[in-house]
Order: sequence, then C-alpha cells, then structure tokens
Amino acid sequence: MSSPDAPDVRSEIRSPDLTTVPDGAAGDMVESLFTPARNNDIFDPSDEDAGRTERVVFKIRRQDDPFSAPYWQHFELSCSERDNVVAALRRLRTNPVTCEGERVDPVVFDHNCMEEVCGACAMMINGQPRPACSALIENLKQPIVLEPLPKFPLIRDLLVDRNRMFEHLKHVQAWVRIDGPWALTGALGGAGGTQKETCLRVSQQQWAEDYLYSRCMSCGCCLAACPQYDEGQDFVGPAALAQVRLMNAQPTGKFDRGERLHRIMGQGGLSDCGNAQNCVRVCPKAIPLTTAIGELGRATTVQALKDLFGG
Amino acid sequence: MNARSVIVVGGGLGGLLASLRIAASGHRVQLFSLFEVMRSHSVCAQGGINAVLNTKGEGDSVEQHIFDTIKGGSYLANQPPIKSLCEDAPGLIGTFERMGVAFSRTPEGTLDQRLFGGVKNRRTCFAGASTGQQLLYSLDQQVRRLETEKQIEKFEWWEFLAIVKDPNGRCRGIVAMNLRSLEVRAFRADAVVLATGGFGQIYSPKTTCSTNSTGAAASRVFQQGARFANAEFFQFHPTAMIGDDKTRLMSEAARGEGGRIWVPRQAHDRREPLAIPEAERFYFLEEWYPSFGNTVPRDLASRAIWKVTREMGLGVAGRDQVYLDLTHLDSHQVETRLGAILSIYRKFSGVDPLSTPMTIFPAAHYSMGGLWVDFEKDANTGGLRANSLRNHATSIPGLYACGECDYAYHGANRLGANSLLSAAFSGRVAGEAVSAYVSGLEQSVESDSHAAFDAEIRYQNQINHHFIHADGEENPYDLHRRLGSMMMDSVGVVRDNSKLNETVATLVELEQAFARLKLGEANPWANQTLAYARQVFDMVKLAQVVAASALARDECRGAHHKPSFEDPAPEHSQAGHKDFEAFRQRWKDNNQKWLKTTIADYHPDGPRIGYEPVDTSLIAPEEPRDYR
Repeated sequence: MSSPDAPDVRSEIRSPDLTTVPDGAAGDMVESLFTPARNNDIFDPSDEDAGRTERVVFKIRRQDDPFSAPYWQHFELSCSERDNVVAALRRLRTNPVTCEGERVDPVVFDHNCMEEVCGACAMMINGQPRPACSALIENLKQPIVLEPLPKFPLIRDLLVDRNRMFEHLKHVQAWVRIDGPWALTGALGGAGGTQKETCLRVSQQQWAEDYLYSRCMSCGCCLAACPQYDEGQDFVGPAALAQVRLMNAQPTGKFDRGERLHRIMGQGGLSDCGNAQNCVRVCPKAIPLTTAIGELGRATTVQALKDLFGG
Repeated sequence: MNARSVIVVGGGLGGLLASLRIAASGHRVQLFSLFEVMRSHSVCAQGGINAVLNTKGEGDSVEQHIFDTIKGGSYLANQPPIKSLCEDAPGLIGTFERMGVAFSRTPEGTLDQRLFGGVKNRRTCFAGASTGQQLLYSLDQQVRRLETEKQIEKFEWWEFLAIVKDPNGRCRGIVAMNLRSLEVRAFRADAVVLATGGFGQIYSPKTTCSTNSTGAAASRVFQQGARFANAEFFQFHPTAMIGDDKTRLMSEAARGEGGRIWVPRQAHDRREPLAIPEAERFYFLEEWYPSFGNTVPRDLASRAIWKVTREMGLGVAGRDQVYLDLTHLDSHQVETRLGAILSIYRKFSGVDPLSTPMTIFPAAHYSMGGLWVDFEKDANTGGLRANSLRNHATSIPGLYACGECDYAYHGANRLGANSLLSAAFSGRVAGEAVSAYVSGLEQSVESDSHAAFDAEIRYQNQINHHFIHADGEENPYDLHRRLGSMMMDSVGVVRDNSKLNETVATLVELEQAFARLKLGEANPWANQTLAYARQVFDMVKLAQVVAASALARDECRGAHHKPSFEDPAPEHSQAGHKDFEAFRQRWKDNNQKWLKTTIADYHPDGPRIGYEPVDTSLIAPEEPRDYR
C-alpha cells in the first residue's frame, strides 16, 4: 500500500463563483426592499457549471472484464470545492473523454446513497480504501488515483464482487435467532396502545458500545487494508469478527455465544489476525475493530477452557 | 399445505420483511435486487420510527397516532389501513428489538422515545442517528439466516424489467436482466411482491433519495396495467444542503434549535454572508410568519424558500439556495444538540456550519403516491382484516406492492417518522396477504405454458437491442438532467396549470427523444449505461403520471400546492367565529369535490386520470389544518 496523503486542508474557504462586482454596482440599488430577478436564465440547468473552475486530473484504473488486463486512463474535469469523487465520476459519465482527447466507455463504479451510509462506493483513492462519496476533491492530492478495492474479484473498472464478505457473515452466524418475524403479542388490532412485549433491558453504556459495531455497512475498506485477508485465504476478516462481538453482547444473541466463538476458533478465525491494526485506521465509521478482536481473544480463551474442563 | 414460490422485488425494509413473513408461512422466496440488499435506500432514514408505547407519562394513545396520521395526510388516506398501522406499531418495535436493533435507551435500559414533527407526544423510537440503517441491517441478518436454511434465495445484481401474465391476466412471474452479463431471463412465481421504493430521482439532483430510487419498477408495472394512485403528492423537505450529485437532508432540528433562514436583501449580493450587516439581511420566514418564525411546518417553509428564490430572484448568488444560519448560536450547545447534522455538512461540503451559514434548498424527499393497492376492512375492528389476500394487492391479480412504492398510508402528506413504520408494516401485511393468496391457488405456476415467458423475454431483448444500437445524439444522462430540472420547476413545490400543461407536452417530447438515443458504450459486460437509459425512460413515463395527476387536481392539499386555488384560514379568527366557520364550510365543500384518491391508468396516448372515494369511516373530515 502506498503512503497516505497528507490532507491538504485549505485554511480559507473560497466562495464559489467569484464574479467580480463591477464598480458602482452598489449605486444601482433601487429604492425597493427587493431587487427583482432581472432574468429567468438563472434557473437554466445548463448553468450548472457555474462555480466549477478548478481543473482536476484523475488517473483511473480500467479493466473491461474479469479476464482482461488492466490499464490506466487519465481524465481532466472541472470541479468545484464541494465536489466529491462520486460527484466527479457521475459527471464524467456524461462525456468520458480522456486527456488525450479519446472518447471512451464511461467508468463503471458502484454507488447509491451518496451519504456514506450504504457502503456501496468504497474504492481505493490515492492508495487508501475509503467511500468515494465522502472523499472531497479539495482534500486530495492530484492526480487523484482511483482503483478498485483489492481482495475481491473484479467485475469491471472500479466495480468488485464483495459477496465473500456476506459469506463470511454467514459463516460466523452474524444474526440473532428469533422465533419468527411476527409480534409475540398484539396481532392485528390487539396491541391496544401499550407495549405488551417484554422489553429487553440494555444499559446506556452497553448500548453506546454496541451501537458503534451496529453501524458497520460492509463497505469492505477494513478488508482491503488487512494484510491477512485475501482471496484464497480463509480468514473471515475484521468486519465479520466485529459482528460476532456485537451479536454475542445482544441479550438474545448471547444464547448462541459459544457457537459463534467456535466458528472463529478454528481455521480462518481469530488466530489469523496479524494485529497490523490497518483495519481500525481505515474504517470510515470509526468502528473499534481491534477492540472487538481483543475482546474476542479473551472470550475464545475462556471458551477453550470451558470446552476442555466443561463449564 | 402446498409450498408455493413467491418473488419479492426490492430488498429495503418492506421487501425484506415481506420475504421473512412469506418464508415463515412456509413458502419459497426468491428475492431480487439491483444491488446488495443492505445498500437499499432505507439506510438513509435517520430520524426514527413511530410507535405509541406511552413511555413518557404523556398519556399518548394509539387513537392520537391514528388522528395525527390521518390529519397530517389531509384526510386523503383510507383510514382502516392507518388504524392497523398504528395499532401494530408497538408489536413491530418489539419484533425489531428481538432481532437485535440497537434502539437508544433510557437510563433504566428501556426504549427511549423522542419528539418528532407535527405531534405533541414523544412517540418516536430511534437508534442513534441511523435508525433506518439499524432496522434494515437487522432484517438483512434474518434474511441471511434464512438463506443458509434454503428458505430464501437471493438474486442480487438483477434488475426487474417486467411481470409475466398468464392468459387470464394473473401475474405468474417476472423477467429480469442480469446487470453483469445483460442476460434477460424469466423467473416463474405463483405471485410477485414489488417493494421497490420511491421515485425521488425524477427530481434529480434536487432530491434526498439514493440513485436507485427511480421508480422504474413501479413505472414498468404501471405500463403493464397496474393502477397508480395519488402520484401528485410528493413531499419536499425544505432544508437540504446543496450538492451537485444530490442534496442531503439537514434535519428540521437545525431550525428547532434556533437556526435562522435568510437571504441578502439585495439580489446577487457577492459579499461573504457574515460580512452582510443584519439590516441588509432578509429573514423572510420571520417576517412572513411572525408567530412560527423559522419553525413553520415543512411545506410552508419549502414554499417560502421557493418564493424568495424563484419568484423574487433573491437566491444567494442568484442561484437556488438560501442560508440556514447557526453561526449566532452557542457553538458548544449546537455541537451537542446537532452533532449529526454538523458532521454531515462538514463531511460533504468541507465547510463548518458554526463559522459559515449553510446553504440549503428544498428537495424531493418522499413519494406519498404510488401503486394503488387494495385492502379489506374488518367489520368488527374497523381496521384491516388480518391475512386477507386483498390487503396490498395491486390491480393486477397476483401482484402485490408494499413500502414507499405503494400509496396506502400517507394521504396528501406524510407524518415524520411514519415512513419506516409504513415500510415495515406494509411489508409484513403484504407478506401475509401474498401467502394467503398463493395458498389458495389451484395450480402451481410450474404447470404454466412457457409461451408468455418466452414472449416477454423476446420483447425485453428487443428493447435492449434498440437501446444498444441506437445511433442518435441524445445522451441518457442529459435526458435525466432535463427531466429533473423540468419536474422541479413545474411539478415541484409550487404548481400552476399553464406551466403544467406545457410540462405534460414537453414530457411527451422527452419520451420521443429516446428514439434518438446514443448510449456511447460498447462493452456488453456490466454495461451500466443500458440499465440506466432504460430507467430514465421509465422515469419519464412515471413523470407523465405525476404531471397529469397534478394538472387534474385543482386545489391545495398537503404537499400538492396550487396558489391559484389557495384558501387560507382567515386571519385573527378562531373556531366558532363567523369568518372561521365560513372558511370551515368552504373547506368542507372543497372536500366534497376533491377528497378522493387520484387513480391513473396507463394508456398509450398518456395516462388517464380518474378518482375513487376515500374511506373516512373512522374520523370524519371536520378539522381543517390551521397553522397560525
């Protein structure tokens, strides 16, 4: 992995669209409280490029399909200070012309929420795995280098197949076993406005700890950064381990604690973690992955003793 | 019981809960999604989910929740489904909690609840600032468990293209396209549930919705004969941060905590906002609505911002934006109370709202309208009849719809924190209904002839062929941009008949532009432009329904606002007063004429608009909305 960028945070925020006001314009002020709109073309959608002044160069790794060779292409486009990588890629789709002037296929990539809650748009940006929607252009060193997440089978360009992640979640049984999706009481028309279900009690402190883990959006950044996680390896990776930590703490999930621990005590489990700590550094949601791994280490030790001596 | 097979399209809150419910009834589920289901737009819901638990000693009641929902929707929603929605909410919360949702807690360790817009009691359960994400993940985990038990089979990266009907017009499966190989394949099923979400993308980029909230799937079944209802009712959120890719929601809490909305008094004022003295700022909400000030309800705020930018030309820097200013507030307090908002704004704009006013504009947020669905009323309870196969059935036999893509619960405007509730509840009900339907079928789809399936595959392949080989000059991204800007202009916050007439005509031209398309992408593998171009086409078809429905409804109701037909409550007059009672009478007369569901039927020349009565059997429309 290449070294991380030093973020280039600007000390001053420039206002977009710095069209200078002609001298004496202030003297044109009419008596009325409001200056009415002078024309209707301020709502012209073709005016959208207003405020985009900076030319930004992207270096994007392309690959037409899983079986062909990758290659690089350079693109230059106008960006405003508020642009993020997804916004830029979306604009690039409309007219994908390389710096050499060649019109090429639009870059294929995955994105959906653009609010950093769905996890779809994770990719390598200047050598770092991160969601592209929250990667602001102005904080990135140029040329901005975009590559697909490693460790996953490549589909095309920046699109990868993250199915392994979900298979690993199955492997560690990252769920709470419930009897069924129906209400335990108060079927249609019978709830009567009071909560008849027994409410689980969870302390605010435990809630706060669990909440951190419940926000994992399976973006795959931690797996991209983990030196132990790779195709052809069994290691389930930090994301699935953190879910074991979460499910084992849940009041009902506790019942299957032992089963989940056994799942990570063998091959591909906890002992495959090399303690590189990369995962926690790149997690966009600041999930304390290494804390979870540490806690699981103690839990599996206790479980191993139990298995040995009964308990 | 014979195990049947059901296809569920869409893996958000509604689709996943429907899948779980169908599997629990012993039927096989095939779940289709454009992407990994956990990326569905349900993850974006931040605020919470309503359920009357009455945990705060405020005497909250299910009756009050029902009333708030009905009145919030300007009486336009059928009331029996709402009754069951509100009665079932506590049980749903219990279900989610059992699945492991990290709902926020009180010091006693019980469920915490908070206040939300438009209501007086603390009724909203929440999970930090990511309630939708938490609810969706819990269902995603349960579905994954049932995958390992072979009760649910997932088809992610498949796009729904059409339903397949048998000679009797019953839905017997779907045709879908593999988004990697572009293979078009038919899948048989005894019934189909559509849970494909809303259609904010027809207003792109001024929408808070995800890129996949296109409404394309709903549009496709509409074009195949499913009726569409109340399409003109679209909620616009007044305060979304400006963005080129999308506009991101800045919660109402920002105004609640003392944020002030303003524009420079002088158009095109180029000064930095904080360099503009108080006297040269126009705090228009405070001037126009002295009693409410900045905390006016969503739709009034949206319309005021619309007026000041579009009609008076006072948008900041001459563009579609106004300031939402927190800089005068105590920064420590704002940081504690509005942390989630501040971090979103900083993250996506690089600007700190504590030192620079935010720039915001209204954005398309939620579609109250959607596919028309049936319900069966229980004569004893006045709510839904449990397990009736009519609940959530579309007008095509064997096709069901739930979640934001149906029209059922929100009438003319949605109550805050009722969206996660209706998505979950309708998913459960649709799951129960479709299970009842397939259990009663005489013949499994397996014995159907393959002729209808083959014909639909051929037809869909022809469309793909046309799109791929079209050699015109129109680019789908550009067509989408034109669509979004036109819809926002004339079928947005404020509507006007002459403009709507123009838009209806322009939308036909936009549809015809697809004959002159050029995809500009040759690679047949994981070709995203083809799928996108097809979605944009179906968005245009859906936009035609929205525009035609808006044109036909000559009144103001909820989110649908036509100034020419406005009749506000008289100033300085209360109930019992002569002026007010005259206003009430006018409002009732208007209800005689317009309190009815808009129904759109597909027709090749354009949608046909008709109406059907609303079931107001629980609460008669006596109280006009009064926000003075």
